[in-house]
Amino acid sequence: MTGSQPVLTMTGISKSFPGVRALDGVDFRLLPGEVHALMGENGAGKSTLIKVLTGVYRTDHGAVTLGGAEVSFSGPMQATAAGVSTVYQEVNLCTNLSVAENIFIGREPRRLGAVRWAEMRRRARALLARLDLDIDVNAQLGTYSLAVQQMVAIARAIDVEARVLVLDEPTSSLDAGEVAQLFRVMRQLRDDGLAILFVTHFLDQVYEIADRITVLRNGRLVGEYPTSELPQLGLVEKMIGKELRALERLDEQSRHDAAAPVEGAPLLDVRELGRRSAVARFDLTIHEGEVVGLAGLLGSGRTEVARLLFGADRADHGSVRVHGTPTSLRNPVAAIGHGIGFCSENRRAEGIVGELSVRENIILALQAARGWLRPVPRRRQDELVDRYVRALSIRPADPDIPVGNLSGGNQQKVLLARWLITEPRLLILDEPTRGIDIGAKTEIQRLVAQLSDGGMAVLFVSAELEEVLRLSHRIAVMRDREMVAQLTNDQSVDADRIMQTIAAGAGHEEVPS
Amino acid sequence: MTTLSLLAARTRSRLPRRHVPVLATLVLLLVLYGVGVSQYRAFSNIQVVFNVFIDNGFLLVVAVGMTFVILTGGIDLSVGSVVAMTAMVSAFLLREGLPAALVLIIALLIGPTLGFLMGCVIHFFDIQPFIVTLAGMFFARGMCTFISGSSIPITDGFWTRMSQQRIGNPSGNFVSISVLIAFAVVAVAAYTLAYTRLGRNVYAIGGNSQSALLMGLPVGRTRIAVYTISGLCAAIGGILLSFYTLSGAPLIGVGMELDVIAAVVIGGTVLTGGSGYVFGTVLGVLVLGVIQTLITFDGSLNSWWTKIVIGGLLFAFILLQRLIGIRYK
Repeated sequence: MTGSQPVLTMTGISKSFPGVRALDGVDFRLLPGEVHALMGENGAGKSTLIKVLTGVYRTDHGAVTLGGAEVSFSGPMQATAAGVSTVYQEVNLCTNLSVAENIFIGREPRRLGAVRWAEMRRRARALLARLDLDIDVNAQLGTYSLAVQQMVAIARAIDVEARVLVLDEPTSSLDAGEVAQLFRVMRQLRDDGLAILFVTHFLDQVYEIADRITVLRNGRLVGEYPTSELPQLGLVEKMIGKELRALERLDEQSRHDAAAPVEGAPLLDVRELGRRSAVARFDLTIHEGEVVGLAGLLGSGRTEVARLLFGADRADHGSVRVHGTPTSLRNPVAAIGHGIGFCSENRRAEGIVGELSVRENIILALQAARGWLRPVPRRRQDELVDRYVRALSIRPADPDIPVGNLSGGNQQKVLLARWLITEPRLLILDEPTRGIDIGAKTEIQRLVAQLSDGGMAVLFVSAELEEVLRLSHRIAVMRDREMVAQLTNDQSVDADRIMQTIAAGAGHEEVPS
Repeated sequence: MTTLSLLAARTRSRLPRRHVPVLATLVLLLVLYGVGVSQYRAFSNIQVVFNVFIDNGFLLVVAVGMTFVILTGGIDLSVGSVVAMTAMVSAFLLREGLPAALVLIIALLIGPTLGFLMGCVIHFFDIQPFIVTLAGMFFARGMCTFISGSSIPITDGFWTRMSQQRIGNPSGNFVSISVLIAFAVVAVAAYTLAYTRLGRNVYAIGGNSQSALLMGLPVGRTRIAVYTISGLCAAIGGILLSFYTLSGAPLIGVGMELDVIAAVVIGGTVLTGGSGYVFGTVLGVLVLGVIQTLITFDGSLNSWWTKIVIGGLLFAFILLQRLIGIRYK
């Protein structure tokens, strides 16, 4: 198989956006009859590479050859016509049309301009039989599960004499059984000689299906490896890009005095909490004054856990106790009522209201907690805002300018201040230090430590292991949407151990909470 | 017990949910007709049904055009004004002495041209159809009064022939030519929606325009086409109305677009697009017509009762659509 000529080669691909070098001289090749996984953290350049391949973006430098001839697609339609079909994470089909029509619309068999429905259904049945899928081609697509819809999208993609099939995170909303069905189809297509480019966040799936792996990091090619020669730990190392030893040394420098275990009362206690196709059921206890770190690769389910605990997504299973009293976190209002605050990962879209002033942004959550019928008196507003602008050293210290004009770090502090004035008992911080400068980062880290010393519980979600190690008393490790371990952050825990846990999953000793 | 529930499950799956609204309208129509027949002896005369078609032929044609627009998830508020403008222009040009054939061609070009322009604005500038066609509505209505502030009678021979020609059997039951034209429009539209790429693209765009774009369908072209079709249907409707009234009046058809939308929705087409049939629209127009006839037969009820009943029915049908879960994302 490795001896055959690549059906697709990309050489020296570079692509820049204003201020960002998304791809820097990346090489990539795809052989017929293989499943090739493209791996890397978010921002590594995977989706940019795919968009260059499918003609959504034009390259700045570099060449793409398909079947030996150089090509440059002006858009996805042209790429599809040339034999490069893409199935995206979200199913881009029309659920109101029949299965057969979704496969053929735009290229229906016709006679004298009239669609030949019988012929179309016959062909759809033949095509779906090739995918080993036994469904009614007359039924509306919307009556089938997402997995079947995904399969129909693949049927549409391969009908056009595809030579290359790009699957961009096709499994992210499928459950285990549906993934197995998809993999069966992928293997069959691979054996038919199709070249499949597979993008996913799930490490297990890569090892289950992929023949080779290409790893990208920060827009650069790290390397191309046969799956059998790259162990999971090695893959994680190559994706994150730091030697484990180096990480370990960094971590020795400072560590929250976590040696003393927290003796506070259990504040939040969840059992078997979970949500289908978002995160598997997990148990978690957070004590007063405790910082619990949530570690894991991007897309491993960290944010999903945070959103469940805040009621932003509704759990479909499990029980919740706050201070020992059973309750439910059915929506953010309920969570806020229990003294839970949440700083979103996506502060632009979900947290900060750019047009409103610093003062208005800070007051928002307090006002919401009081109900809109009881406005916070202006004097009290000024008092509170002044206090927190000073305490968090928000700059510029003018509470009346629009928040949109502040730097990312200061916006983050405004968001923090918003929740702090409601005096939460548990603060969930999702990636509070992402994309902000090092000064603001240390200030926020110091603040988290202070808050926990003052008795507040903090759930700290971060992609940076050093940060999690430095701040947390306990660390919960996420992997493939599952909480695989909870470690007490003592001397035995280091970046190496967490990485191993991420790479290997469960099987390491679990510390009961 | 078990077999019974199995049977129930099967029959339920045999009846696709998208057909439920149309069937509900059919049942409603039959019930209304049954009420009429049981209450009034003269109602059972087949001419009553023919008269419903004669009185609402123009409305049916306009509603067919609206069905295309609503199937894509759009709306066309200009149709009532375009109907009036077409009738006005015809009456004016005939009074000026132009030959009937030429007048027909000109009158039939105005509606689709305006529709095409509105479609272009909606597509290229990505503006809400509601506001664009509202502007079109004001424009066309303004043009009516610009042509003449008062009604212009039509005395042209062709027009009067079309108005008075009765097609039917010697025993006295008949329909007008307008009804035949309306049926022809319905047949062409039904074929277009079911068997041509344009028609299928209309459904795809109504289902999910983003997906339609990514599947490589000509979304822009289709969208412009449906407003052009709606304009053409409104123009044909205007001609039929001028056959019916033998005049052009500046204030005729005010609010007609709302009757048309009501007919389409009662006919089972979902306002968010992607689901519905021309056949349903025919039923929707008939429901409105039969209600009117019932109120006329009663004689004591104010004609505004028509509106009240239509209002209630609209609520019922929108709720029905929501309940059976036709919600495409």
